[in-house]
Amino acid sequence: MSTAPLLQIRGLGVYYATAHGAVDAVNDLDLDLGAGECLGLVGESGSGKTAVLLAIMGLLSSQARLRGNIRYRGTELLGLGAPALNALRGARIAMVFQDPMSALNPYLRVIDQLSEVSRVHGGSSRRAAEQRALEMLESVQIGEPERRARQYPHQLSGGMRQRVMIAMALMAEPEIVLADEPTTALDVTVQAQILSLLQQVRARTGAALLLVTHDLGVVAQLADRVGVMRAGRLLELADCERLFASPRHAYTQTLLAALPKLELPA
Amino acid sequence: MSNRHRGSWIAGGVLLLVALSSLIVPALSPYDYYTPQLDLISKPPMLQGGHLLGTDPLGRDLLIRVLWGCRISLLIALVASGISVGLGVLWGATAGYAGGTIDALMMRTVDVLYSVPFVPFVIVLTVLFGHELWLMFVAIGAVSWLDIARIVRGETLSLKRREFIEAARVSGVRGARMIGRHIVPNLLGVVIIYATLTVPTVILFEAFMSFLGVGVRVPLASLGSLIADGASDMQAHPHLLLVPAAVLAAIVYCFNFLGDGLRDLLDPRQQS
Repeated sequence: MSTAPLLQIRGLGVYYATAHGAVDAVNDLDLDLGAGECLGLVGESGSGKTAVLLAIMGLLSSQARLRGNIRYRGTELLGLGAPALNALRGARIAMVFQDPMSALNPYLRVIDQLSEVSRVHGGSSRRAAEQRALEMLESVQIGEPERRARQYPHQLSGGMRQRVMIAMALMAEPEIVLADEPTTALDVTVQAQILSLLQQVRARTGAALLLVTHDLGVVAQLADRVGVMRAGRLLELADCERLFASPRHAYTQTLLAALPKLELPA
Repeated sequence: MSNRHRGSWIAGGVLLLVALSSLIVPALSPYDYYTPQLDLISKPPMLQGGHLLGTDPLGRDLLIRVLWGCRISLLIALVASGISVGLGVLWGATAGYAGGTIDALMMRTVDVLYSVPFVPFVIVLTVLFGHELWLMFVAIGAVSWLDIARIVRGETLSLKRREFIEAARVSGVRGARMIGRHIVPNLLGVVIIYATLTVPTVILFEAFMSFLGVGVRVPLASLGSLIADGASDMQAHPHLLLVPAAVLAAIVYCFNFLGDGLRDLLDPRQQS
């Protein structure tokens, strides 16, 4: 990265105070996300990868203690007041959640849910926001967008809901999209469709993608660079090809070796 | 209008019929609720003279008195459910969503109001302001929203942790918009059920207060005071007890049915 990174994380720590002393979810993490880049963050459950996303979004519970810096274009995000943070969230930095079944409000039609993003940021008119929502539905390749837009989330399939989530994240043309295991809740064929959709979206909008997953296959397909996390620490950070070809850290080697291999019986 | 909801539609129709006739019939009838007819004391239901449900010990037409009683009872039901749904939901959702000091202050206010002994409170009000109908509304309004505020706050606390609320937050939604568009609609199921439970409770409570003599003022009647009067004379003239009691039971029963149907009607997941 020759230019200054879009998102710069320095010495990030996330701690929870418990009766048995402090528990650290994330420990002294440094990470840069360049404009238009796709950075994958992999690790086992509890490695702290989701906590990083939540820290960026200011979604950690009030018990969490934070340390370090997260800068978006030079603006410190940690400790930023709610109004300033709300102006960024959704508009400049958006998020795609893991489970599209529970991340959509069951009482709002798809179009209302999408156009809300435009109406909150910049306060565009209802008509303009709905027009934009329809365009976004079309761009994430939902068939019959007009009809789907008038439906409620429970009337859509899982893959379609995840497409709606992606459309929602892209409503305000963010520079950074955070994706928290975007394919985990989907079955394999739909996963492939969603991954190729994310790839197209990135190519078209030029948004940077911070992808958190435990699925090495997803990372291999999408990411430019990959970070491997374990127990709250970033163990290895490397270009995607380099990491898969010659992993340096022992844990990364173990992780790669643990991948099931498809072999024909001899 | 599926088979499953036939009961709710019938219940809604019956309530509408009762409400309309309580508004229209007394205006059309030659009788009123207060003029005694001393030659027609405690007559059983009869066609002659048009006293379809008979007359009371002062010769007043029972049908008209029961319809007036329905007016009072339904009005109280409307006021109580309006206040409990409006104020209770807003109060509870705001407290639950805001959390922290705001939550503590709001819920302690509820606790304080909750601890006011209710019946003595109403009696004191009656002593201070005289025997006024609006006191009944003030008193019932002051307490009917407390339960629902607590329930809604609890529901909001668990709703707040749901993923779609976080998704809305990361889209930049906040404050009143969050509560109005994302929290409250998802509370509807609980709120409607609870509101329809509140309605019978306050109707019965008004009946209880009238029975004690601190409700409506004679000669005006509510269903409660009619039942109280009828109960004192039930052996000689059972219709004076049975008619208002049956109407009250029917109203309460219909409200319970209506709640189920309303909840399903407003929940998009229940529609085909």
